[in-house]
Amino acid sequence: MKPTETGDSEYFHRVVDCQWACPAHTDIPEYIRLIAQGRFTDAYMVNRESNIFPGILGRVCDRPCEPACRRGRVDEKPVAICRLKRVAADHKDDIRARLPTVPEQKNGKRIALIGAGCASLAVCNDLMPLGYECTIFERLDVPGGLMRYNIPAFRLPAEVLDEEIGYIVDMGVDLRLNSPVDSMKSLLDEGYDAVFVGSGAPKGKELSLPGREEGDANIHIGIEWLESVAFGHTKKIGEKVLIIGVGNTAMDCCRTSLRVGAKDVKVMARKSREFFKASDWELEDAEEEQVEIIINHSPKEFVVENGKLKGMIFEVMEYDTEDGRITDSRVIEETFIEADDVILAIGQETAFPWIERDIGIEFNEWDEPVVDRDTYQSTLPGVFFGGDAAFGPENIIWAVEHGHQAAISIHNFVHDKPVSERLPRMVKLSTRKMGIHEWSYSNDFEPAARRQMEHVPLTERFREIDTEVELGFTAEQTACEVERCLNCDIQTVFFDKLCIECDACIDICPTQCLTITPGAENESAVREKLTAPAENEDQPLYISEQLEQTGRLMIKDENVCLHCGLCAERCPTAAWDMQKSFVDIPYARDHDVMPCRQRQTG
Amino acid sequence: MSFITKPKVQWSGQRRNPLGLTIRDYEGGMSTLCAGCGHDSVTAALVQAFWELAIKPEQVIKMSGIGCSSKTPAYFLNGAHGFNSVHGRMPSVATGALAAHRDLIAVGISGDGDSLSIGMGQFAHAVRRNINLLYIIENNGVYGLTKGQFSASADPGSKSKAGIENQQQAIDPVAAAISLGGSFAARSFSGDKEQLVPLIKAGLAHPGCAVLDVISPCVTFNDHEGSTKSYAWTRENHESVTTADLVEPADAIETSYREGSEVPVRLHDDSVIRFRKLEADYDPGDRAHALEYLERHRAEGKVVTGLLYLDSDQPEFHQLSGTALEPLRDFDYERLNPGAEALEELQNRMR
Repeated sequence: MKPTETGDSEYFHRVVDCQWACPAHTDIPEYIRLIAQGRFTDAYMVNRESNIFPGILGRVCDRPCEPACRRGRVDEKPVAICRLKRVAADHKDDIRARLPTVPEQKNGKRIALIGAGCASLAVCNDLMPLGYECTIFERLDVPGGLMRYNIPAFRLPAEVLDEEIGYIVDMGVDLRLNSPVDSMKSLLDEGYDAVFVGSGAPKGKELSLPGREEGDANIHIGIEWLESVAFGHTKKIGEKVLIIGVGNTAMDCCRTSLRVGAKDVKVMARKSREFFKASDWELEDAEEEQVEIIINHSPKEFVVENGKLKGMIFEVMEYDTEDGRITDSRVIEETFIEADDVILAIGQETAFPWIERDIGIEFNEWDEPVVDRDTYQSTLPGVFFGGDAAFGPENIIWAVEHGHQAAISIHNFVHDKPVSERLPRMVKLSTRKMGIHEWSYSNDFEPAARRQMEHVPLTERFREIDTEVELGFTAEQTACEVERCLNCDIQTVFFDKLCIECDACIDICPTQCLTITPGAENESAVREKLTAPAENEDQPLYISEQLEQTGRLMIKDENVCLHCGLCAERCPTAAWDMQKSFVDIPYARDHDVMPCRQRQTG
Repeated sequence: MSFITKPKVQWSGQRRNPLGLTIRDYEGGMSTLCAGCGHDSVTAALVQAFWELAIKPEQVIKMSGIGCSSKTPAYFLNGAHGFNSVHGRMPSVATGALAAHRDLIAVGISGDGDSLSIGMGQFAHAVRRNINLLYIIENNGVYGLTKGQFSASADPGSKSKAGIENQQQAIDPVAAAISLGGSFAARSFSGDKEQLVPLIKAGLAHPGCAVLDVISPCVTFNDHEGSTKSYAWTRENHESVTTADLVEPADAIETSYREGSEVPVRLHDDSVIRFRKLEADYDPGDRAHALEYLERHRAEGKVVTGLLYLDSDQPEFHQLSGTALEPLRDFDYERLNPGAEALEELQNRMR
């Protein structure tokens, strides 16, 4: 069997499950540790490095990190990573002095960005400190894109948005509000060195059923309706509201409805709960507000009488499932459900009526632009796409990562380097041993369960449309939650030459991760033979070189390692060491054409 | 010695024994022995054996004397009974405990100092009386608690950490047990759990005194070059001559045995020790042969391991003494102490 290639930067990066799952690779354990030390500003800056919007994402991130969190495999729930991010943002000091400085002497490269949403802002964040002149064209009179008009203020207050967008715009971005781009061709004619399209997926999907046109006055497209509420154009909705669809937008629609006059809100789902697209926590928050979620109802018809919407007819469905997949379905009956208004939240898509189809930007059969997955460049060199505009609706944290990558491509492009050129991610390791029985990280296991976020009482939260529901963690909750983190970035590093095969590490390991074995013909065979069978195949095995005394192999199953350090603590020869891994993520500035230029902060 | 508490967590896929307990439920307190001590591996092997046999911790009594080895009972089976006696006196305490509680599963943990020096006499009589006890000697050839003097099991010619050569002869507890008329004599190595765990299980099932000598290196005072009880030396020189595997009564009936190479030894509770010879010329039922074999290999500098002698038909202490089948513990007071009249009647009968 081959020993694990740990020189390969991916291995130790992968062990940090949360950071690996985060599209922007936020250094989560590091910032949690800083919060534990009360260093909120430092924690914020570690966050901002990769995800740019810690305050925003600390409230509304899609949290791919949390399902990945190792804690979730040894406890009921993962670490409340997202909410800890908010703690750092809420309690930080003024960070302006720590933002990168923007050179007065520009590099003479002008970049046009379309849409002032998260993707474009991420590109500006990376390029402005390098001396670029960035111009953002925004159709509305405020920046923020979907973060502003699709996420309701009771989840994401405007001040938080203004602050974090301000850090970027104040670098000297030429932000042109009320300036929709009507023609890509004429924009290209203006002679920008590169163009970045971050215009999102602004078109809500339509549901063409009988009665749709007749009832139009009371049938709304989810994202358009949310935008209208956000800008104060819509202030009311009927008492009985049906939401069609069960994604995160549907959750925002149902909760917003309750704040503009609805009394009875039902979310109508075609399938059962395991097929819902909305995140569990968004479903929980909606249900806490007495929203009823009705499953297995497929919309059939809008019922309109005398020009007034009365409700909808649904087909009640029954499904056969196998291994979590639907194999067959049938209609059992039809049912009528009353409604004053219906909101359609069944998805959204990109729309580029303003891009001429004869200028070299290719579109595929679904009328989506053809964009390279790694460089974010379209088929027209110098035109880049990012965020929802690139590959359809995703989420903010993905849009930020698109922005980082597109910034590298743009930086290469304008300096006549191949856009695909990328520096590799590197992992640096350094020991956390301080002395005998002393490790410079908090390795005592905290058995507490995940802290529960306090909410504004139901009796108060509907009075104002922008009352933020989540109150943030208290000091006590924070102190407990940070200790739930298992410090997965403090890696167990093995030195086979030092091992005397005394079994001390195997005997002490609280989760039976370790085995010394003669090996097997391949990895799946050895997985069966370990101290505890390694059944989670998503998690790698750490396989050593042959040991000195017997030629056997030390094998570690990473799956439920608590990173408690007991193996290193009990090792008489320091063959195990606990070493902090730092994943060095290259940004545009690291691809600098003048590598000697160092990053500067103010 | 570690200051990090060993966290207790549960994860999906964690295995449970027929009692519904995880292996962690068979642990004891956190070890305060040196990191890398062989004794901790013996502890882990005991935990694994008890867990695999699905023995209820409260059925067990664990006893010890004095020494690094004798701290072991604190580190496994939190829920068991225990007695930490004075130096070398574990066998006496075990005899007393078993006299009153003959249904307990008894484990005595001792060391080369505790059993082969101060407690040699106690050891000898526990063996010849065939007390129903798993008698583990954690043998490292050195007095660890007093910082590394040679013990009675240190081989002549082996060197101390300070470089001094041992001049005195070594006591081999396995050879001693066989010559004392023991019914079960085995040797293993703390670094070889594949052999050690089945031997512990067989020793627990054996009805009588099961002596299990475990070479358990002292990582602090006896793991250097020149030592004959180090990890490296033991690995290089230990020779496994038999393997033993305990098959529990429920499974024993269906288990098939490979003709010739495997010898089933049926115990009184219908469990079976499945016995396999790795050396064709070895006969573990022949006392003289076992002693001769051990002696021959000792002269060659080899450490012979495995189940080296077994006589499961030898009666144990209670049978020899014809004591009551019911544990004395369960007797009510009147039956246990029939009074002065009954005593007098008994004495009269003997006059």
